[in-house]
Amino acid sequence: MERIPILRMGEFLLVTIQVDMHDQLALTLQDDLTRAIEKKGAKGVLMDISALEMVDSFIGRMISDISGMARILDAKTVVVGMQPAVAITLVELGLSLPGVATALNVERGMEMLRRSLAESNDDHYIKR
Amino acid sequence: MSAKNSMASVLLSKRAEIQAAWSKQLTASLGHAGKGRVSPDELKAQSDKFLDGFSAAVQSGKTSDIYASEWADVRSFLDEVSHTRVLAGFSSDETATFIFSMKKPVFDALREELGNDAAALADNVWAATLLLDSLGLYTVKSYQKTREQVISRQQQELLELSTPVVKLWDGILALPMIGTLDSARTQVVMESLLQKIVETESQIAIIDITGVPTVDTLVAQHLLKTVTALRLMGADCIISGVRPQIAQTIVHLGVDLQGVTTKANLADALALALKRTGVAFTKI
Repeated sequence: MERIPILRMGEFLLVTIQVDMHDQLALTLQDDLTRAIEKKGAKGVLMDISALEMVDSFIGRMISDISGMARILDAKTVVVGMQPAVAITLVELGLSLPGVATALNVERGMEMLRRSLAESNDDHYIKR
Repeated sequence: MSAKNSMASVLLSKRAEIQAAWSKQLTASLGHAGKGRVSPDELKAQSDKFLDGFSAAVQSGKTSDIYASEWADVRSFLDEVSHTRVLAGFSSDETATFIFSMKKPVFDALREELGNDAAALADNVWAATLLLDSLGLYTVKSYQKTREQVISRQQQELLELSTPVVKLWDGILALPMIGTLDSARTQVVMESLLQKIVETESQIAIIDITGVPTVDTLVAQHLLKTVTALRLMGADCIISGVRPQIAQTIVHLGVDLQGVTTKANLADALALALKRTGVAFTKI
């Protein structure tokens, strides 16, 4: 069965969506990703959707769902590289994805994840 | 039948007289207005060409319907004349005069030919009137069509011209909006801004609405959509140039602009954007 690869980069997971998403693929990704976060103890998820050219409301909700699930598993999600057409479509669909962090490209997204990780580590030390 | 035949024969036999008288009428009617916009030579060439097509079409006998295939040449020629006149800045009545000024010469020629036969003369004059009227109306129609094309092209150009995206600093884009925002314009603005964000990898976009005369709920909604789309792509957005009246309107309308950074002027917005990108200025 077709699957979207989930790569591990240190404490983060990298998901690159290279194909057009269909509903079953999105559900499989949700499953795989939550399992991978749990198994590897990832602190962040970077979702690169720069190759995604078409979205519908289901995929839009999937993006926001994944972010919510990851948050519950204590991992921050950053969605990077959204195409203008995709952004316009999501807005027109009324999906503004509140609570989902976004960045322009993988580099900036990585930086964002590192910074938030460093901040949460600081908090940790202060509490001790 | 004979009525049509005598018009056709008059057009052949008295062509030179008709053309001379017509040219005189044309220059007289365009006298002050036509100077510099259409040369006498051009006018002569146009009248020549029209008479050629006109008399050929009249010879065919189909004088009742100018949309028949026999009139195709005349019609396309009139289209061409109307087109050039629109571009030269003629008004619609000046353009139609090109045809209507031909009436008198044709009537005169018919009278000379049929002087004694009042009934035939009346028939012929009536037929010629109908024909020239419909040709004149066709010219006006064609003139209007060209004008509409010009207007719609200008609208399109205006749409594109009025939405420049400028780079203010490395990673900072500005979009000075001018004029009323409607759905079509917002769409163009949004697309060009988002595209530019991708191209330049800018993280902050400043939308300056100093030039937007009024903000109603619809315009505010369009702005919010743009801001949301920008955020989805991973860029930040600052709205600047909010005038006091507009601030009042927005609050009175109950539009929720929370979560959107707004600044009173572009300078403040730029200062904030620079701060966010980690650039600092000091006075020397």
